[in-house]
Amino acid sequence: MDLGARVRADFPLLRHTMNGKPLVYLDSAATSQKPRAVLDALLEYYQDYNANVHRGIYRIAEEATARYEGSRAKLAAFLGASRPEEIVFTRGTTEAINLVASAWGRINIQAGDEIVLSVMEHHSNIVPWQLLAAERGARLRYIPVTDDGRLDLVAYERLLGPRTKLVSVTHQSNVLGTVNPIKLIAERAHSVGALMVIDAAQSVPHQAVNVSTLGADALAFSGHKMLGPTGSGGLWARYDLLEAMPPYHGGGEMITKVELERSTFKDPPHKFEAGTPNIADNIVLGAAVDYLLGIGFDAIAAHERDLTAYGLRRLREVPGLTILGPLDTVDRGGALAFTMDVVHPHDIAQVLDQEGIAIRAGHHCAEPLHRRFGLAASARASLQIYNTRDDIDALIAGLHEVNRLFGRSPRVKEEVGGAG
Amino acid sequence: MALDDLYREVILDHYMHPRNRGRLEPSDIAVEGANPLCGDELALYVRVSDGRVADVRFEGRGCSISQASASMMTEAIKGKTIEDVHRLVTEFKGMMHGQEPAEDLGDLVALQGVRKFPVRIKCATLPWVAVEQGLAEHEAGRTAGKATTEAER
Repeated sequence: MDLGARVRADFPLLRHTMNGKPLVYLDSAATSQKPRAVLDALLEYYQDYNANVHRGIYRIAEEATARYEGSRAKLAAFLGASRPEEIVFTRGTTEAINLVASAWGRINIQAGDEIVLSVMEHHSNIVPWQLLAAERGARLRYIPVTDDGRLDLVAYERLLGPRTKLVSVTHQSNVLGTVNPIKLIAERAHSVGALMVIDAAQSVPHQAVNVSTLGADALAFSGHKMLGPTGSGGLWARYDLLEAMPPYHGGGEMITKVELERSTFKDPPHKFEAGTPNIADNIVLGAAVDYLLGIGFDAIAAHERDLTAYGLRRLREVPGLTILGPLDTVDRGGALAFTMDVVHPHDIAQVLDQEGIAIRAGHHCAEPLHRRFGLAASARASLQIYNTRDDIDALIAGLHEVNRLFGRSPRVKEEVGGAG
Repeated sequence: MALDDLYREVILDHYMHPRNRGRLEPSDIAVEGANPLCGDELALYVRVSDGRVADVRFEGRGCSISQASASMMTEAIKGKTIEDVHRLVTEFKGMMHGQEPAEDLGDLVALQGVRKFPVRIKCATLPWVAVEQGLAEHEAGRTAGKATTEAER
């Protein structure tokens, strides 16, 4: 039995039907489903040791604190960080990038400085830098995307210079599936003295990510895309960098002493975790890490590569369909975005919904990338470990139905008209 | 919920073969409409003469519902008095929000099926919000405006 079929039973939501059809969930790049182990851990927290962290001196508060910090240590090991204190819990990738832009950016970016991003970025890796650039009078430069959906590294080289202060690029595109050569990009960024930030929201769920081998200075990730709860996730950053950064939010838990006129702050990561943090979800994120490691990234990557290759092959059978991004599985993950010649993505998604198939339609928070390809929107099927070839087959059958409904078959008129 | 309620024959026909598509130059009214939720875009051009819609055209890109609704609307308002267009807009929006139309809306009734798919209602109302905005701009002596379905309910 393949991995998808084997682990499927671990995901209770996948047993549901949608519009009377077995649910085919192909929107994991938006958010992943959760295994039973994660759901159980969430219930266990609230039922057995729900207490605030870092303050209670009673037993369950100590347990909550130990598990919260234990999850941090687990994530640090998972990402290859040199110490647990390099992990700051945030609501996810968006907040992690905003944290860097705000805390690091405000003291390090001056008028005339340049921030290098790429055209394939998610809005969460564009808008925070736009806000920073507008505030500090800095300039944004963009690495172009080639027709086959790769970063133009020659152009990247030319963008770098003495004014480049920061490079922030996605590890894996949420639309094209492209896996970017981060190590190389980081080396070049460092050669001009720039900071390297990685948006790893789409890579951490699918491949073994190690911050030390990638050569990054900071990396943002989301728990909910890696089988964990929404509102979990964080920022990894080099400890010395975190130490030099001022606080992001002010409030309780992040201080050592508060006077009426001034306060002093804790060391990282607590300096960046003001207020009661998302205790439950970040503890439970540790259970998601355990689940992923239990399967192993070699098996995960092999399964997803097989499914991606199968999906790319079968999508090409559908008349009028164009795939965005690389057409082979070399440095490519399982985000399968496409357009159809006469049918708008929203109509594609609507027809598939009736077949029980969940995909995403729109710009997937990557408007500049869509504009680069002359598009306003695309349809996207995205894969996770629990998907199978049967899911792809259902998608392809659904897409043939889309074509039939929109008149690629001469029978469409009587059928639709007759029922209406 | 059957898809046939959404994709009625007349809707697919207008989507695949839009009427009055293109730019109108010169025009008395030009409105850019947008549905921020799903990115439907529409440009509507109207020429007014003797208190009537002398000509109307549209350009845009979006889903079948927004584009078919625009095509059907241009057919419905061409030649009508401004007053009649206002009434038709009210009737149409009312129908999309659950009221029975007081007059025979002809082919436009096909769009009633969209009501069963709430997230798509704004796709259907976009061109109507745009023409309403355009007429308001025209009455205020302006020739261009922007319309959005954001505040529309």
